[in-house]
Amino acid sequence: MTEASFPQWWPPRSLVLVWGGLLVLLSLTVLCAYQPWGGLNAPIAFAIASCKALLVALVFMELRHSSALTVVFACAGFFWLGILLWLAFGDYLTREILPPAIT
Amino acid sequence: MPETQPAFQFADLRQQHDVAQLGMWVFIATEVLFFGGLILAYAVYRFGYPDGFASAARRTDIAIGATNTAILLTSSFLVAWAVTAARSGQGRPAGILLGVAALLGVVFLFLKCIEYHSEYVEHLVPGLNFSVSDRNPAPIGLFFAFYFVATGLHALHVIIGMIVLMFIAIQAYRGRYSSRYHAPITVAALYWHFVDVVWIFLFALIYLPGRSS
Amino acid sequence: MTTVRNYLTEDNSLSSWFFTTDHKRVAILYLAGITLFFFIGGAAATLIRLELVTPQGDVVTSDVYNRLFTIHGVVMVWFFLIPSIPATLGNFVVPLMIGARDLAFPRLNLTSWYLFMLGGFVTLYAVFVGGIDTGWTFYTPFSTMYSNSHVVLAVTGVFIAGFSSILTGLNFIVTIHRLRAPGLTWYRLPLFLWSLYATSIILVLATPVLAMTLLLLALDRWFGIGIFDPARGGDPLLFQHLFWFYSHPAVYIMILPGMGIVSELISVYSRKAVFGYKFVAWSAVAIAVVGFFVWGHHMFVSGQSAFAGLVFSFMSFIVAVPSAIKVFNWAATMHKGWIRFDAPMLYALAFIGLFTIGGLTGLFLACLAYDVYVTDTYFVVAHFHYIMVGGMVTAYFGGLHYWWPKITGRMYPEYWARAAAILIFFGFNMTFFPQFILGILGMPRRYHVYPPEFQVWHVMSSVGASILAMAYLLPLFYLGWALFFGKRAASNPWQATGLEWQTPSPPPVHNFASTVEVRRRPYDYSVSGEARPQNA
Repeated sequence: MTEASFPQWWPPRSLVLVWGGLLVLLSLTVLCAYQPWGGLNAPIAFAIASCKALLVALVFMELRHSSALTVVFACAGFFWLGILLWLAFGDYLTREILPPAIT
Repeated sequence: MPETQPAFQFADLRQQHDVAQLGMWVFIATEVLFFGGLILAYAVYRFGYPDGFASAARRTDIAIGATNTAILLTSSFLVAWAVTAARSGQGRPAGILLGVAALLGVVFLFLKCIEYHSEYVEHLVPGLNFSVSDRNPAPIGLFFAFYFVATGLHALHVIIGMIVLMFIAIQAYRGRYSSRYHAPITVAALYWHFVDVVWIFLFALIYLPGRSS
Repeated sequence: MTTVRNYLTEDNSLSSWFFTTDHKRVAILYLAGITLFFFIGGAAATLIRLELVTPQGDVVTSDVYNRLFTIHGVVMVWFFLIPSIPATLGNFVVPLMIGARDLAFPRLNLTSWYLFMLGGFVTLYAVFVGGIDTGWTFYTPFSTMYSNSHVVLAVTGVFIAGFSSILTGLNFIVTIHRLRAPGLTWYRLPLFLWSLYATSIILVLATPVLAMTLLLLALDRWFGIGIFDPARGGDPLLFQHLFWFYSHPAVYIMILPGMGIVSELISVYSRKAVFGYKFVAWSAVAIAVVGFFVWGHHMFVSGQSAFAGLVFSFMSFIVAVPSAIKVFNWAATMHKGWIRFDAPMLYALAFIGLFTIGGLTGLFLACLAYDVYVTDTYFVVAHFHYIMVGGMVTAYFGGLHYWWPKITGRMYPEYWARAAAILIFFGFNMTFFPQFILGILGMPRRYHVYPPEFQVWHVMSSVGASILAMAYLLPLFYLGWALFFGKRAASNPWQATGLEWQTPSPPPVHNFASTVEVRRRPYDYSVSGEARPQNA
């Protein structure tokens, strides 16, 4: 097998674009954090984080080229975490006295 | 490039690669739920103490946090690049890229140590020396409990990932991987990217709240 | 006489056993481990039942009693029930049943056993230096702030063993997806594999949450970080949410493999295909999934909101449906079958009856109003022992006897086995049925001092327990005897259809001499009961 010397070998374009995109999203999320958007700050931060995670998963972790089964496995963890959060919050959102008894 | 035979329980190398990849994704799912338990705790207490958590998050060092995020994102990029290199037989560039990625992990941990030290000096470590001059210190304590457990566990995963990457880097440099046989590097890369994804979410949960006030 | 080469005779050095990657040998390593833990947990149970013979606390002090029921629970749940069928019978049978040479990750399999044994010994060490008194549920803030026992040590043992569970589940999932023999489609899989697949989903997704829960508990106790301490803004109920998110699906980890075994046994010993195969298969998956939606039924009176109680109660009724589907399908399988009452079938029949009782009493508990009345009484204790012991342990013994010829190459003594099965059934009911009555009468669980009017039921229960204990010792003796003196078994002593029976007993190291090809559905018995193996 030929051993290409390092400087002549470039990274695939998609990887560089995603890397750039991730750094842009990082700057964006930090910027947005300082904006006085009240209750919207948290969902926006979460949304941007999700976009970054999705980029890493689809491109770096190659989910876009993977079998359907792999995609199902990848989503399963998040789906089940969703069950934990959803049903537990079903309790916390409907309590009369919230756990923090101290104000 | 040495010809590699699949392990005895597999019919061919392709099946072995497929199985290894599936196995790592199952493992990643378990890790999502592992950190997920911690996320529930965070979510419950942030829901219960929105102001306390915002106040606590403001005490984190966003400069180090953002820098560390950029470092991990870059190391993920290098690892992804290394995988494509290894698959096309470019063993030496792949090995070097993986080595640099692991090195970035070291830088991440180093910055983390600096951060931990400054938090220790500021008396923000629950269970050790926690004391804040706030009307309501309890939520801040809970936030930092979450912070240390989450980033501590994450750092442990970074250390493990780094060791794996360095081992794989040596194998790649020696030309062990090819277009036919590259299951170990695929699997190691998946693990490292996952460690990156965890940090992406931790960054948003730890460093960003409360900045707008 | 030359010894036939099989996985047992291949190499008998100690290192060939302790460094084996052969799934069959790992299964036997697990068998040894869980048998040890079964008798340790059983010893604790014996002392408990001894104490409960009299209304006063005269055999042990309250503190020791707390440690006894805690260690009984911890050892039985994590070091016997959870690993038992998957890690012993599952490990042995899965590759054989799918026509593979081994699991997907043989070295991970061995690692899983070492983690299990390490976790077990750490927990036993915790017992040795004084034990724990929190109950197997480790509720906060007692466990994090007030208990004067070796909590951190004990949860560390369980934490380590948890990784063993995860790796086993991971191995099974990938193996069943990718290592099936040519022609073995999903709807040709024996139902034991569908059950193990469903079990593995739970193993892989629920156990990590337990790991985090125990970690937070240990950190809270060691460093006083206050995550579960109300005085520092924490919520004790958060622990319960996290704990039961794992521990409820965990009970399905325990019962699903048993249900899978029962499907196999009912089919073979009725010489009929399982009725409603697809329903039975998908009901296993349904139990695994819906089982994740019901954990709050352990917290009806703990302080969660009424709305949450309502949701969890409703979901708990739903989760009973797939179990009922299985029971009806098993009964329909037996209808007009050619029934044989061999020992495995006796166990399968016992399972159906006892599991139904246990399951139905679970519906009592799912009902909010009724639960308020019987929660934390012996009604709950009886309910889960009917399912765990009457269900799961019974199925485990059934499977052990059924596959014993395949594992050891010897037949067990049939009349001893039937006698033991009947004695177990009798002893079990005598032990645990009075406990339903005790619960309704108001006897709280985890108490060892009680009003004298309860004594008659406790005495009945303890007498039953001594019969049960002797009955459980019987298989230890006659199976041990069979290892050396039992009649040599043919490859297919039961004339069953599964792939595991189409290879010698015991199997060769790599299971099959050549690649197996599957051509037909499972349980293909003709009208006259003649078996058509899956690869014929």
